[in-house]
Amino acid sequence: MCLWWLLQLLAVFCLAAPSPAPLQPKEEVQISQASVGQYGGRLVVGLRAEPKTLNPVTAQDSVSREVIDGIMADLVHINRATQQSEPGLAKSWKVSDDGLNYTLKLRRGIRFSDGQPFDADDVLFSFAVYTDEKIDSPQRDLLVIGGQPIRISKLDQYTVRFTLAQPYAAAERLFDNIAMLPRHILEKPYRDGHFLEQWSLSTPPAQIVGLGPFRVKEYLPGQRIVLERNPYYWKADLAKHRLPYLDELVFVFSGTEDARLMQFEAGETDVVNRLSSQNYSLLSRQGTGIQLDDLGPSTEYNFVLFNLNDLAASHLPEIERKQVWFRDLRFRQAVSAAIDREGIVRVAYGGRGAPLWGNVSPGNRLWVNAAIPHPARSLDTARQLLRSAGFSWSTSGKLLDPRGQTVEFSIIVASSNPQRMQMATIVQDDLSQLGMQVNVVPLEFRALLQRVFQNYNYEATILGLGGGDADPNAEMNVWVSSGSTHLWHLGETRPATAWEAQIDGLMNQQMLTLNYKRRKRLYDQVQQIIATNLPMVFLATPDVLVAAKPAVGNFHPAALEPSTLWNVDQLYLRRQQEMARSR
Amino acid sequence: MRPRRGILLPLALLVLWHLGFLCAGFLAPYDPGEQARELPYAAPARWQFRSLRPYACETIDPQSAGDNPQASCYPIRFLVRGWPYRFFGISCNLHLFGVASPRRVAIIGADAYGRDVWSRLLFGGRISLAIGLLATLISLAVAMVIGTVSGYYGRWTDELLMAGAELFLIVPWLYSLLALRAMLPLHLSVSATFLLVVSVIASLGWARPMRLIRGVVLSARERNYVLAARGFGASDAYLLRRHVAPATSGVLLTQATLLVPQFVAAEAALSFFGLGISEPASSWGNMLAVLQQYSVLISYWWMLAPAFALVITSVMYCWLAQAIQRSLKSSST
Repeated sequence: MCLWWLLQLLAVFCLAAPSPAPLQPKEEVQISQASVGQYGGRLVVGLRAEPKTLNPVTAQDSVSREVIDGIMADLVHINRATQQSEPGLAKSWKVSDDGLNYTLKLRRGIRFSDGQPFDADDVLFSFAVYTDEKIDSPQRDLLVIGGQPIRISKLDQYTVRFTLAQPYAAAERLFDNIAMLPRHILEKPYRDGHFLEQWSLSTPPAQIVGLGPFRVKEYLPGQRIVLERNPYYWKADLAKHRLPYLDELVFVFSGTEDARLMQFEAGETDVVNRLSSQNYSLLSRQGTGIQLDDLGPSTEYNFVLFNLNDLAASHLPEIERKQVWFRDLRFRQAVSAAIDREGIVRVAYGGRGAPLWGNVSPGNRLWVNAAIPHPARSLDTARQLLRSAGFSWSTSGKLLDPRGQTVEFSIIVASSNPQRMQMATIVQDDLSQLGMQVNVVPLEFRALLQRVFQNYNYEATILGLGGGDADPNAEMNVWVSSGSTHLWHLGETRPATAWEAQIDGLMNQQMLTLNYKRRKRLYDQVQQIIATNLPMVFLATPDVLVAAKPAVGNFHPAALEPSTLWNVDQLYLRRQQEMARSR
Repeated sequence: MRPRRGILLPLALLVLWHLGFLCAGFLAPYDPGEQARELPYAAPARWQFRSLRPYACETIDPQSAGDNPQASCYPIRFLVRGWPYRFFGISCNLHLFGVASPRRVAIIGADAYGRDVWSRLLFGGRISLAIGLLATLISLAVAMVIGTVSGYYGRWTDELLMAGAELFLIVPWLYSLLALRAMLPLHLSVSATFLLVVSVIASLGWARPMRLIRGVVLSARERNYVLAARGFGASDAYLLRRHVAPATSGVLLTQATLLVPQFVAAEAALSFFGLGISEPASSWGNMLAVLQQYSVLISYWWMLAPAFALVITSVMYCWLAQAIQRSLKSSST
């Protein structure tokens, strides 16, 4: 009998999450201002796919990043609720007057999840890896400013200095999501040239070490990945209890959004994010017992994109013929004037979204230009614009171009995205009222991206961008003519039009300007030029819709990704008594 | 063969069913592509009778109706003039029923764009049934020719044709269609898609009936009257036309009644996967495709209407097939 009890105790001891280590007097922990919670419990979250890697340097997909966010930490962090940068592993930073030097003071006495200390050498090592051309990290581009990687030097064990080749507005935001790596674990494989193979899903959990609120406990392929509390995490609550409160954070691999919703309804998961408006309505109809949040418009923008690429080498004469229409600003303006954006919001987002006339969503409160006009839908205006561009109508009502050819084009759209499919059907119907024959072609998303980015074999498409950082610098690659996501005309060696040259100048200028108000004025001008020249015809943005069980405490979702787990270190599970009291 | 009484009822009902879809323009109050975006997923209108006159009532929030809950009801009018359509090439605008504009009556509800599901069901049924009928006709014609040649001539011809048929039976048709679709231009018009779907279904559907027909021909060619006719010097063409082909009529009829619903369902499957008729044209398959979304599946039961129509079509054809089989059995005994 005694042996049985002993075995049970041993099992509990082995399976239980580690208790938080007591705070050390010299440990410079960050005190969280959130409500004080309770220790214990596991939070289960559904993921739409399995992570591909747990290596923060090589991870590209958002699913991997979502898991990695739970186990890693950065020097400076963007608060998803306030959209402002705040101290992370660096307790403070100072910018030199010329904006070229950033001096960061690191927290003293903090430890990695294996108990080893963190200091300036880990920061130096991390940035050496991120900026290494051979590693080719997706974050490397961000850390190259003015053609040169950011230089880093160690001033003392807890102070580092970053030197930029040229001033860069809000450069501290660059440190967000640059996870600090444990030099004591990864330096050897890095020197031996095996860094890219590190921290795959088959790596033993004990070897994956970070500074995030959790550490890896187990991974079951096809089922789930379990994270357990990091007992040395560097944040504490107002009562000086070390965070996080949760014993475990479990990511289950659910698949589609519908599958995630069903698991949430069945009580198998505690939090669900990125809900469609239809699924949100479904949950809201179920009444009480769920925390539902409509956080307002996201920073994502959906748009119709016409192919304005240079097709001389592509041998696509039919598309080249149609590009004559697409390149005519009056044609694009007519398309914009004919689209029923309110209808799109009603149909595709069930009214939970906002129509867009520019590239910045109203959800991006700090940067949206409120002066961009919001003209109502007008078929008369559209017809006038087309007439002024030399278009005419046949007796049967079909639109004819100046050469007498009927205006017909196809919009390719991702078949896996029902909202964009609905947008395409509405655009098709709206433009048919102008006599245009628009064909909607659903395509598998990767096939669509191949056409848009590689072979340019498309006429028009509906895509969405944004959703990440709200800062204009995050959009540099879209709006600067040489950017890798300059979608309507990729691979420009120099700006193809005068207004693109103007945008290039303004975007570069705002990047070098450190004052927010001056940057805002410059970015307002960019938005104005974009809204006037319509390289994309903007449609709508969805609201950020999330849900959680009522037992999840400190649940304060934010519009920026990751909207529900950005404060996972503060989340806790309420006990029954507390919930009964709050009711 | 004269139709027996048991066949008449299912046959009449089937003819009526198809006639309904043929007269889709008359029975549909709205253009199937007309969007009413202010009414996404509008619930089916409730019906009320006042002094024997039918009224359509919108489902509205009883609180917002206040003291006048009848305010949302409006009279249904019969034989009204409305949107223009063509019936066998003739321009018409007469519809069986409707309500005064700007009101709309959605007798079995509306879809995501506020389009009338009843109107789309009728026009979609026209396409789906036409595909089923045409594909059946083609596949049976192919099966008849190949099955007869294979069964009648036997030897290496039979072996070769049977091997070919088996090859068609093992072809994974969904993947074949995916591959075929990838080779074609991105956009195909409704008529081109219609022909593509018909030809794919027919070309992959002939092998099974061909094996049955071959079996019947194998047996028929050994009958005494066929051997006697051959002994009298009858040519192969005469024997096939006069004695062998008529023996297959029963199999052909039952196969036709079984294949039509099967091919209608195949069209629905293709369109469901986005390989068939594309928006804004409707077919039962592309109408059902929206049910891939969980919220639609459990919230808006009226979006299942094409599935009910498919079931009714299948049941009626099966009923007819059984009646034909019974009739054949009784005539042979």
